[in-house]
Formats: sequence, structure tokens, C-alpha cells
Amino acid sequence: MALEPIKQVQGRAVHVPGNDIDTDRITPARYLKVVTFDGLGEALFYDERFNPDGSEKPHPLNDPRFKGASIMLVGANFGCGSSREHSPQAIYRAGFRALVGESFAEIFFGNATALSMPCVTASKADIERLAQAIEQDPSLLVTVDVERLEVRYADTAFKVNLPATAQKALVEGRWDPIADLLEAGELIEQAAARLPKATRQ
Amino acid sequence: MGKSLYEKVWESHAIRTLPNGQTQLFIDTHLIHEVTSPQAFGMLRDLGLKVRFPERTFATVDHIVPTHSLLEPFEDPQADEMIRQLRKNVQDFGITFFDVTSGLQGIVHVIGPENGITQPGMTIACGDSHTSTHGAFGAIAFGIGTTQVRDVLATQTMAVSKLKVRRINVEGRLQPGVYAKDVILHIIKVLGVNGGIGYAYEYGGSVFDNFSMEERMTVCNMSIEGGARIGYVNPDQTTFDYLKGRPYAPKGEEWEKAVARWKALASDPDAHYDDVVNIRAEDIAPTVTWGINPGQGCAITDRVPDPAQYPESERPALEEALRHMKLKPGQPIKGVKVDVAFLGSCTNGRISDFREAAKYLKGRKVAPGVRAIAVPGSQQVAKQCEEEGIAEIFREAGFEWRGAGCSMCLAMNPDKLVGDELCASSSNRNFKGRQGSATGRTVLMSPVMVVAAAVTGRISDAREVFGVETLVGA
Repeated sequence: MALEPIKQVQGRAVHVPGNDIDTDRITPARYLKVVTFDGLGEALFYDERFNPDGSEKPHPLNDPRFKGASIMLVGANFGCGSSREHSPQAIYRAGFRALVGESFAEIFFGNATALSMPCVTASKADIERLAQAIEQDPSLLVTVDVERLEVRYADTAFKVNLPATAQKALVEGRWDPIADLLEAGELIEQAAARLPKATRQ
Repeated sequence: MGKSLYEKVWESHAIRTLPNGQTQLFIDTHLIHEVTSPQAFGMLRDLGLKVRFPERTFATVDHIVPTHSLLEPFEDPQADEMIRQLRKNVQDFGITFFDVTSGLQGIVHVIGPENGITQPGMTIACGDSHTSTHGAFGAIAFGIGTTQVRDVLATQTMAVSKLKVRRINVEGRLQPGVYAKDVILHIIKVLGVNGGIGYAYEYGGSVFDNFSMEERMTVCNMSIEGGARIGYVNPDQTTFDYLKGRPYAPKGEEWEKAVARWKALASDPDAHYDDVVNIRAEDIAPTVTWGINPGQGCAITDRVPDPAQYPESERPALEEALRHMKLKPGQPIKGVKVDVAFLGSCTNGRISDFREAAKYLKGRKVAPGVRAIAVPGSQQVAKQCEEEGIAEIFREAGFEWRGAGCSMCLAMNPDKLVGDELCASSSNRNFKGRQGSATGRTVLMSPVMVVAAAVTGRISDAREVFGVETLVGA
């Protein structure tokens, strides 16, 4: 199963400010009443973006200047809360291919990586400078370089971080681990024979 | 240098190092529910894969289950579709399912322990962030996404990176009226909602030594609210006494062997920890949240923050939280009007929670204008509450006594806040919109504090409402 290597993501960016943006805000629970992930892109930040009557609230994702952005700039502890993969699925299905934030909640990070969506971390100052730059020029082309671990725009570049395991998985096209896991074959059988299981007595 | 339980369990379950450097870890027990599993089964089918060890997966239905009537089809067609999909999946793949007709259905983190499926030293995974609950038994329990649910179904393993371990000692005596819920809300307040990123939390100290299993579960449950994907307590006699005789626990000679093995898994006295935090039990007050994440909490006797007194960089977050909660800067949290009282969830929906709450509710009435809902964590808890007269105490007091499920903790069933209602809740998350209304407001607290709020119609100090000398505390 050859997967596409994710060496860099290039596109326009949008800044969704704030720390501790939780998965209930990213995808309200009522949108989890589904048996597929199809159509989840429309649920993204729904209650932050729309009033109960469907009219729009001011939100960066409603701002026509940032329509079509594929890189999301976020704050600290983004994606905290639930393990729902619906959240990164909604972000991905809304057209995003990379996130740049101060930090990410762990389960969210793993879920996003397994979808081929890098979540790189950077300093607050670097993110804010980039946010100002796209505010001035929403058409600014931004590159998230997963291989070199930097973000570039205009004539500026800054360093970003990504755990080596996630970097390797993305760059080598191993972000969906299933093929590697299946390869263990006999080792799995041996572990199953050795390790306890709960059995009704 | 000795080893922590986390390290010992990790070493015994690591199968190999994956090409990207992560570890392929064997998962002893996999728990699934209707919300995060259907897409995983879909992926399995697309890939033409089977469930590798169906006997190691257990299913229940909890998030979408209506608590007022189990009559099928469910009124909500989406919920009905989800339960039917789960039934099909467990049947197609040969998985044990605690269905609504089994008498054993309930919240996944309540039924695992009560059936003895959760055991010390196990690796456990579930597509639910509150899987950390199972760490109360000295299990290493992971909340996972749906792609990982697929991985575990297909291979009984998953790709993970090793965490650091932070030991959190809580020593001393808890004050009367202070419960396990207050301990974890306090820990999150001290260490922050993202303080646990990259860590497994090992809880210990005299307070945990003296805690019951259900109290340990309450604390481990909310580890994730502090950013720690994993939280655990070392297994001890309390653990073994709880498990003994439960349906899935080992029996006879196997039991003796298991206990010996479990004892050896506890962290060594000279175990290495990457960080150690010490908390004095006496410093923990009955704690409530005032904001929109579980770290925004304070003692019931405190005032909510006044952003003006904080550094400018912190003000926007505080202002946003106060605006959502419709609280004035610096106002006392005590006395805030309550519209709804919710007692239940995987944090505080176990038998001991209802027993403790019923002790103080007995003979009292829910305040006029308050909608009070009690939702047992499982059908077994519900049954026990009926048998012990607890359910009747709740009904007498004016609570709606409901069937088992997640209910208003996350409002995926018909139990929801309306508009900007404020809910005194024994659940685990006070996120914006969490309880089913975008403008709804949640105040997290212990079950006894929920009862105090229900009977007074205000956020209240249970020690005052019920008399401090009668509150024995945890």
C-alpha cells in the first residue's frame, strides 16, 4: 500500500486564534451521529461559525478573504478533549492539509498524522508574525516544509518542530500505519499467546 | 534504578519497533462503542481485513442511547442507525456485545470495570478519550481515534510513542466534603489543561492508598482533561478485592497466579519518574469550574477571576470564558443560579456516587424551576440503585430517574441543555456547547455538590447545605 509522501504542504493560510480549542468546538457532538466521515467538512467549527438560525457569525473561516486556505494557524493545546477522529477528519475534509500551532493535544495529533495532515509546532511569536502577514495579504503563499522542519512565506522562514516519528511517517509515506502493523504477523500471535485476556469464567 | 508500572507494562507489550521509530504495542483488551467504531469497521471491510482476535474486543452502546425509553426504533433516526450498524458489525465479526437488552449495557468505562474485564497490567484501548479511567486498576489505557480502532481490530496492536511518567503524590487527609472529583479538578487547576501532554500520570500517596476503586476511577478518568492521555494507580489489595469474583476476573488457581503477577507490576519503590508533583490533601477544597475548560476551576468559597488583575496576555481567554458563562469579573461562584442538575457520566455515574449523593438528598426536594436528571452509568448500577432504595430517594426528591448511558455529559442523545441554561454537572467537560446547546453553560463538580445545587437552585457549598459535620468526605 504505497501512500503519498508528505514532504511539504503549500497553500494559503488562515489563523484561528485562541488556546485550548477543544474537539467539541471543532466538531459539536451532534455531528458525530454518523456511520461514515463523509460530509464532516461542513460541521467544522459549526457553532462558532453559525447562529442557530444558520446565519453566519464573524469567524476566520467565514471570512471570504481566507476561503480556500489549506493551512490552519492555531494556538496552544489545539484539539484537546475527545478522541473523536471526526475533528481532524472535518478539518481535512474542509480542505486543510497542515496545521501550525503552539502545541497540540496528543490524541488529536496522532489522529491528524494518520490522515497525512502534519501538525507542526512553532513559537507563539512566529505564528503571530505569520498571522499578521496573512492578515495583510491573504493570498500569501505559505509552505510547511515537513522535511526541513520550517515554515516559509514571502522572504521569511521560521523553524518548526515535529516528533521524529511523525516526520518520518509523513515524509516516507507511512502515515497510515496499517501496512507496517500487519507485517508483524507471527510476533502478534506470540504476544497474544503470552499476554492475558479477559475471559468470562 | 527500579521501574514504574508504565515501563513494565510497556516492555511486556512492545512487539517491535516500527520503521518510523514508534513502538508496535500489543493491546490486550479493546473496548468499542457505537460512535467511534462504525467507520473503523468500514475501513476493515474496504481493506478486506478481519478482526484478528474478536475475543479481545467488547462492545457496548452508550453515547446515543436514549435514557427515557429504549423502545425501538429510537425516536432519533440517526441514533437508531448507529445502534443497528453496531449490531451488524459485532455480529459480522463475532464480538461480544453488551446490548440494551443484556442487563449489562452501560457506559464503556463503567461496564469494563464492573464486569472485571479491566484488569491490572493490561493494555486497553478504546475510541474514547476517557479510556484513561481503566488506569485505576494499574492498566495502561489509551483513548484512540477511529483509524487506531481499525488498527486494533485488524492487528490487536497499534503504533505508539513512549510517554514520560509524572508521579503525582497527594498526601494527607482530605477535608470533610472533599471528594475524588475535587482532587482531580484541583490537580488540573494546578498543572493546567495541557500540563500532561507527553506524560502518563501515576497517582499515588496516602489519599490514593485510601481511595476506593471507584474514587480512583474518577481521578484517572479526567487525566485527559489535564492533557495526559494515560493516568493510573498502582494495583493493591483494594484493586484485588474489587475484582475478585467479577464475571471476567480469573478464578481459583488462576486468580492466585494473577494476583501474584499484578503485585509484581506495581512501580518499584525506587522507580524512575521524569517528574514528581506533590500536593497536600489539606489544600484541596470542594472545587467547581467557572469557565469553559476543566482547568478553569476554583474553590467553592472563591470568586471567579477578574481579568484586570491578570497579565494582559491572559486576559482574552479569561474574558471569553466569563462572557460565555455570563459571570461578572470577580463575582463569587457560590450563589450562581442553576437551571439543570445532572448526575451521571463515566466520571461520576457509579454506585458509590449515587449512594453518597442519596445520603444527602434523602428527604429533600429539588428546588422549583430546576430540571434534575440522574443517569446511572450502567444497567447494573441502575438495578443496584433500585434494590438499595436509592432510585426512589432520587424520584421522591424530584429528580428524573433515567436509564443508563452517557446522556447529558455530551448530549448525543435527547438529553440536552436548552439555550443558555446553566447545568451543575458531575461530568468531565465544561467546553462550550458540550451539553448540547451552543450557549449552554456547564459547571463541573462532585455528585454531592450537584445535589446541593439541585436542592438550593444555586451553586452551593455542600458543607453548608448539608452541615459540614455530617459530610464524611472521601
